[in-house]
Amino acid sequence: MSIWEYANPRRFMGWSAPLVPLFSALAALLIALGLVWGFFFTPEDYRMGSTVKIIYIHVPSAMMAINIWVMMLVASLIWLVRRHHVSALAAKAAAPIGVVMTLIALITGAIWGQPMWGTWWAWDPRLTSFLILFLFYLGYMALWAAIEDPDTAADLTGMLCLVGSVFAVLSRYAVNFWNQGLHQGATLSLDAEENISDVFWLPLLVCMAGFGVLFAALVLLRTRTEIRLRRLHVLEARDRTGRKGSGEG
Amino acid sequence: MTGLKKVKKKRRVWLIVIVGTMLATATALIGYGLRDGINYFRAPAQVAEDPPPENEVFRIGGLVEEGSLVRGQGETITFRVTDGAASIPVIYTGVLPDLFREGEGMVGTGRLVGGVFRATEILAKHDETYMPKEVIDALKEQGVYVDPGS
Repeated sequence: MSIWEYANPRRFMGWSAPLVPLFSALAALLIALGLVWGFFFTPEDYRMGSTVKIIYIHVPSAMMAINIWVMMLVASLIWLVRRHHVSALAAKAAAPIGVVMTLIALITGAIWGQPMWGTWWAWDPRLTSFLILFLFYLGYMALWAAIEDPDTAADLTGMLCLVGSVFAVLSRYAVNFWNQGLHQGATLSLDAEENISDVFWLPLLVCMAGFGVLFAALVLLRTRTEIRLRRLHVLEARDRTGRKGSGEG
Repeated sequence: MTGLKKVKKKRRVWLIVIVGTMLATATALIGYGLRDGINYFRAPAQVAEDPPPENEVFRIGGLVEEGSLVRGQGETITFRVTDGAASIPVIYTGVLPDLFREGEGMVGTGRLVGGVFRATEILAKHDETYMPKEVIDALKEQGVYVDPGS
């Protein structure tokens, strides 16, 4: 059996149903554990004092804001190449979750920046590309809403997603391309030695896992809703044509 | 509107590959061409090498040189900003962010007048090092602490 059979709408509805409550419970558990651990049971940072604790919301939400766009890109490419409707709907379903994550990261970043840097906002390369990513999320959702034919909407939003990926990548790597910015480098990286002490890193890891699982639960739930909505439209259309047919006869 | 519906699968893949390549190239060219505008500040070495005219407002960024910070009358302070290669004197009157201190990063907005940078705004820049206070104190006591900024 091919992996693509899981993308069949009927099969998707089958396997995703038990995962939604499972992931929701797991996300609640991880986020509660991570935040309580981070807020109440970690020491103060040597420079920032207790202000560093906003990292437990800022870093996971910023990470998810970028990762969700990458997920939407993968889903859009699968749609553009293989024409799996569930894939297009998953990308559509992920966008509102992504825009909320982006907004949380922007707000917590401003709250963090005001006391530490001395400003709410700076036109730093990383901050600016993140703001553009936020606007791309809004544009992506608007484009879905603006086009009536679902396949055309999926095609065009898929292309928009491809263009927006530039800013998703820049949000993460702008610090590496233009090293004279205000924002510091990545807190966590695979290639460099970690600069964050384990006492901060472990609860942060739990929070990031929690945000990831929360996204999985929400995107499955929203994709299921989109599939049901699509089915409803088909039924309505069938109903309308049926009535018209009988009226003529 | 036909869109991509009538395009064959193999050609759709090629279309995506070409669009992706063009996007990456365009981004790289724009990013390289506009790097002076995209970079948030200039390093002291850049400013020393090519001093901007007195009427140009720009940002300078680097570390606050150890032992150079002098608090004058009221809120006025002077210090030197350095990147290791060059060091520029800075004069500033106003409120400073919490993180501003010797050996830490800063970004100032202002003009270079007679070789002195007259700042109108000062921001603090920090790196991604997060460590508990107790650990730093213990390391300092043992004399093995190395400032991550140096």
